[in-house]
Amino acid sequence: MLSEATLGKIDREVAKYPAAQKQSAVMAALAFAQDELGWLSKDAIAAVAGYLDMPAIAAYEVASFYNMYDLAPVGKYKLTVCTNLPCALSGGVHAAEYLKNKLGIDFNETTADGRFTLKEGECMGACGDAPVMLVNNKRMHCFMTPDEIDKLLGECK
Amino acid sequence: MALLEAINPLLSAGWQKGGHEWRLENDTGWRLKDYEARGGYQSLKKILAGKMSPDDVINEVKKSVLRGRGGAGFPTGLKWSFMPKAAPEKYIVCNTDEGEPGTFKDRDIQRFDPHAIIEGMIIAAYAVGAGRGYNYIHGEIYELYQRFEQALDEARAAGYLGQNILGAGFDFELFAHHGWGAYICGEESALLESIEGKKGQPRFKPPFPANVGLYGKPTTINNTESFASIPFIFRIGGESFLDLGKPNNGGTKLYSVSGHVNRPGNFEVPMGTPFARLLEMAGGMRGGRKLKAVIPGGSSAPVLPADVMMDCTMDYDSIAKAGSMLGSGAVIVMDETTCMVKALERLSYFYYEESCGQCTPCREGTGWMYKVIHRIEHGEGRPEDLALLDRLTINIMGRTICALGDAASMPVQSFVKHFRNEFEYHIENKKCLVPPDVQRAGSSFFTRNMGQA
Repeated sequence: MLSEATLGKIDREVAKYPAAQKQSAVMAALAFAQDELGWLSKDAIAAVAGYLDMPAIAAYEVASFYNMYDLAPVGKYKLTVCTNLPCALSGGVHAAEYLKNKLGIDFNETTADGRFTLKEGECMGACGDAPVMLVNNKRMHCFMTPDEIDKLLGECK
Repeated sequence: MALLEAINPLLSAGWQKGGHEWRLENDTGWRLKDYEARGGYQSLKKILAGKMSPDDVINEVKKSVLRGRGGAGFPTGLKWSFMPKAAPEKYIVCNTDEGEPGTFKDRDIQRFDPHAIIEGMIIAAYAVGAGRGYNYIHGEIYELYQRFEQALDEARAAGYLGQNILGAGFDFELFAHHGWGAYICGEESALLESIEGKKGQPRFKPPFPANVGLYGKPTTINNTESFASIPFIFRIGGESFLDLGKPNNGGTKLYSVSGHVNRPGNFEVPMGTPFARLLEMAGGMRGGRKLKAVIPGGSSAPVLPADVMMDCTMDYDSIAKAGSMLGSGAVIVMDETTCMVKALERLSYFYYEESCGQCTPCREGTGWMYKVIHRIEHGEGRPEDLALLDRLTINIMGRTICALGDAASMPVQSFVKHFRNEFEYHIENKKCLVPPDVQRAGSSFFTRNMGQA
């Protein structure tokens, strides 16, 4: 189910931990699997668990506990906006509303063309740079005024 | 003392002015050669070449009165001294799972000074006799996790990590572990569970990590800023570090200032700096509006009204005396356009969302508190609701494995205590004391004034 490239990345993570502690690599391994497959099906989680010699349920517990694992399909670009208090004081809620209007979707919804999913985020540890958005869990965008949001949406082809 | 001269040259020099370009690819100065040019790794060399004993290293840190920069303020040197000497396998862990609303200092340390963290961790490993370490990095800052991996490669290639470091016969391996979005993993035992590849649910204490930590082995876990302060302590000496701050509150500290100020950002100032001075450094109040309230130590710290806050100095003891806590040094500034009910509603939602679900009082209580505050904010509050909230907080606090229950309760208690009239007004009049359009305008998009004042 997982490509050689993904398994190679998992191997590099496994090497960070003591030999008897392969399970420590499960968070990274699930993230790599999500990168490759788009989201984590139960089969994908089981494949990761099998590769790390751990019970599938233990990997599922991890996948369902941490916020950035997607256990259902999401759009090509998952946009997560922080609306927590410090961000909200500097336009975080305004940015979320602007995105909802622009994309015609609410939080936890995906546009009809499958391009965007919108999520409400919790603190990303960048409160001084509000409004803050995360694209596909990895790229952080700061000071997201309407102009900057438009530019970003344009880049997400 | 001239404040800007007092800052730690190994830590925030060059970027602590509040206001920087956000695109990481344009950053300069974080590489090994830049850090060494600032005097980086000299402290490690001094310790190893001078054959300073591990006990002497711990004593120097004790003298500095460096207190844990993650929030608890526990003396770092004392924490190191709890590590059992004889244990064959020990770990050093850095807590960069920075997700307490308002806190964004560790992100900038990761960004501009990853080698200060690495050097601090190596010195700590030498002091406590640990052979392996992990830096647990907040899930949302993936790009900085990658940068840290690069910094580790540089340190390995230069012989600062690995076998027989600098020929001193001391071995230490250091790795980065990337989180994936869970506030609770900032709690140290939840973080250890997470490194072990499990759900991040806190452990019962005792035993403390110094005895039973990562993989059941003795472990020292400190905040990023604590480790990053270590090289500077050995450059100027523990006593000089203490003298930068005030008694019992050693050194300089990074404060993350967010909210209604003209120049949000991180500011490194000596412990004991007046709040009024910090507010001035952050450019003062946005639009010249009036200060209403400040959360001085991250979202879990009790809120303080403007007049109380203006009399405080920024150190553990002064803020505690005023009835709050310095916590992580995250200063959330709110002006007169803020509805305190709405502000509390958002924080309560956060704790409800992030409770790990392990202990009933927290799992059920955080949801219950959010529900009650939500209905007050939305004009459906009941006269008995404030007494109910008070009872809920009392029944959560001190009855859970970790401090998240207390962290969720302290904002509720303090907001209701200091701004009770606003909550009562909401309940009686089914609307807000601050008109909605004033609130919206006050917290709108803001183009900040970059650079130094």
